Amino acid sequence: MSKGVAKSTAEPMGASRWLLRGHSAAVFAFFYAPIIVLCVFSFNDSNAVGNWNGFTLDWYGDLFSNKNIKSSIWVSVKVCVFSTLIAVVLGTAAALALERFRWWGQKAFDAVLYLPIIIPDVTMAVMMLVFFSETASWFNWIPGLNLQDGLEKLVFSHVAFNISFVSVVVRARLANLDASMEEAASDLYANRWQTFRRVTLPQIMPGVIGGALMAVTISLDDVVVSSFVSAVGGTPLSVYVFGMLRKGVTPLVNSVSVVMLAASMAFVVASLLISRASGSESEER
Amino acid sequence: MPVEAPPGDAPVGETESEGASEVATPGLERQAERAKARQGFLLGLPTIIYLFIFFIIPLGFVVAYSFATRTRSGRTELRDFNLDAYARLGDDIIMTVAWRSLWMSVVTTIICLILAYPLAYFISTRTPAVRNMMLVGVMIPFWSNFLIRTYAWRVLLDSDGLVTQAFEAIGLGDGRILFTSNAVILGLVYGYLPFMVLPLYAAIERIDWSLVEGARDLYASGWAAFRRVVWPLSRPGVIAGSMLVFVPSFGAYVTPAILGGNKEGLLGSYIVLQFLSARNGPVGSAVSVVVLAVMLISTLIYFRSGGKNL
Repeated sequence: MSKGVAKSTAEPMGASRWLLRGHSAAVFAFFYAPIIVLCVFSFNDSNAVGNWNGFTLDWYGDLFSNKNIKSSIWVSVKVCVFSTLIAVVLGTAAALALERFRWWGQKAFDAVLYLPIIIPDVTMAVMMLVFFSETASWFNWIPGLNLQDGLEKLVFSHVAFNISFVSVVVRARLANLDASMEEAASDLYANRWQTFRRVTLPQIMPGVIGGALMAVTISLDDVVVSSFVSAVGGTPLSVYVFGMLRKGVTPLVNSVSVVMLAASMAFVVASLLISRASGSESEER
Repeated sequence: MPVEAPPGDAPVGETESEGASEVATPGLERQAERAKARQGFLLGLPTIIYLFIFFIIPLGFVVAYSFATRTRSGRTELRDFNLDAYARLGDDIIMTVAWRSLWMSVVTTIICLILAYPLAYFISTRTPAVRNMMLVGVMIPFWSNFLIRTYAWRVLLDSDGLVTQAFEAIGLGDGRILFTSNAVILGLVYGYLPFMVLPLYAAIERIDWSLVEGARDLYASGWAAFRRVVWPLSRPGVIAGSMLVFVPSFGAYVTPAILGGNKEGLLGSYIVLQFLSARNGPVGSAVSVVVLAVMLISTLIYFRSGGKNL
């Protein structure tokens, strides 16, 4: 691009240039300072959170010996794995259907697919609560499905919002890919499935993985919808921690929070790296 | 599995569509097109069915609940449909919460815009490498745990938290803002600021800077060039970002629950209260429908102003 032009005219000169830089630095500090403070104080050897009193790992020890926390981590992991797997398959199929085909009703489907992303959490939570309380009997015929213990309800509702996020990421990837490779494959008598398996899938893989990691993050972090559909004794970690931290600031809450934040950030960074790396690769082409 | 081609008729449509482009017989081509449309639909079908059951039907139930009858025991029964719940929306208590939600989310949106615009501008004038790094820096908080990020402020604002201590040290007086509406706004701004930065960046980055150069050549001052060229061209980003901040703030529940006191609940908190404590399904649903309507209206404004996707 015409970067030389941009440099000279886009950036203000004199004092406002430094004002702009200072402002940007301050906003980044605003983004990260609270997180850093939280991390630092999770190692604080004091029950009072404000004053630094030396380094300790005790709170992390407490965390990993806490039975409730351990069982809720297990719930989170199960829900996350199942909901991500289903959402990735459905979301990728939806992305392909929207990006590679033209069919009747496509526009409407596209619009509905966006709704779970922009709908406020609370509304989605209420929808799932009302739905499961009204329709519990609908699912009785499915063998092995037990809506009472809440795990299935959590999976179903997490899939409902994660499909959309996966499909957005995969579509972004598909839109950057030229369909000519797929056409070439079918010219060479590859059937639909072979074309998908050998040509399309390898090319969209970064998008699929990026979308999957995003779904993992969203599923692990969800509080509102989960607190509406989870059953007593079957709460995922985020809901359990929400209950704890509403009561106030304690060292144990700090350490749980740091672990959750670290996990969430790790998945986010991985997702961004994978989809960005592939993004720059397709730009080069 | 659902990505597999529909069995049976797929190979037929396949060979025909490829052959048709060479032969170019109108009839065959249309047939091939139809076959392809059917394949696309079948590929999307599992997702359509899923979202119909677990999204559209739930949505329908909430709408139905808002017209339903509440029994004395607090159960909601889908009979004798009426407008009682909507009549209750005019009650003082709900109006107070609604106004508070409205002004808090408007203030949050404005603060986010003021903070985000210069940052987005700064990022889009960097070299591509720096730009990517800074964008990742914005996106990490964007996607990482919202609950914990909000809680981090609770640690800072606690009565012996760092911010409180700092305020008192500088002599700004009482720094205790926890459990006030200011704390809630701070939390909302912190939570949703990346939602503003990213669409603004996308809009500003797309600007053709030779237009700015042209303006400067015609003796426009830096400020005039910004106001007449850059700002109008970045409008889609301003609208998209404002929508993405306004909508979730308006229905916020987690932030006021952690940083607000009992009196700072927003509409999201009110809905939760209706369902989990007051056991008033119809009123809770009616308020949800209002929140949904606000979301849909903002989305329409967004699309009509030329926005494409998120």
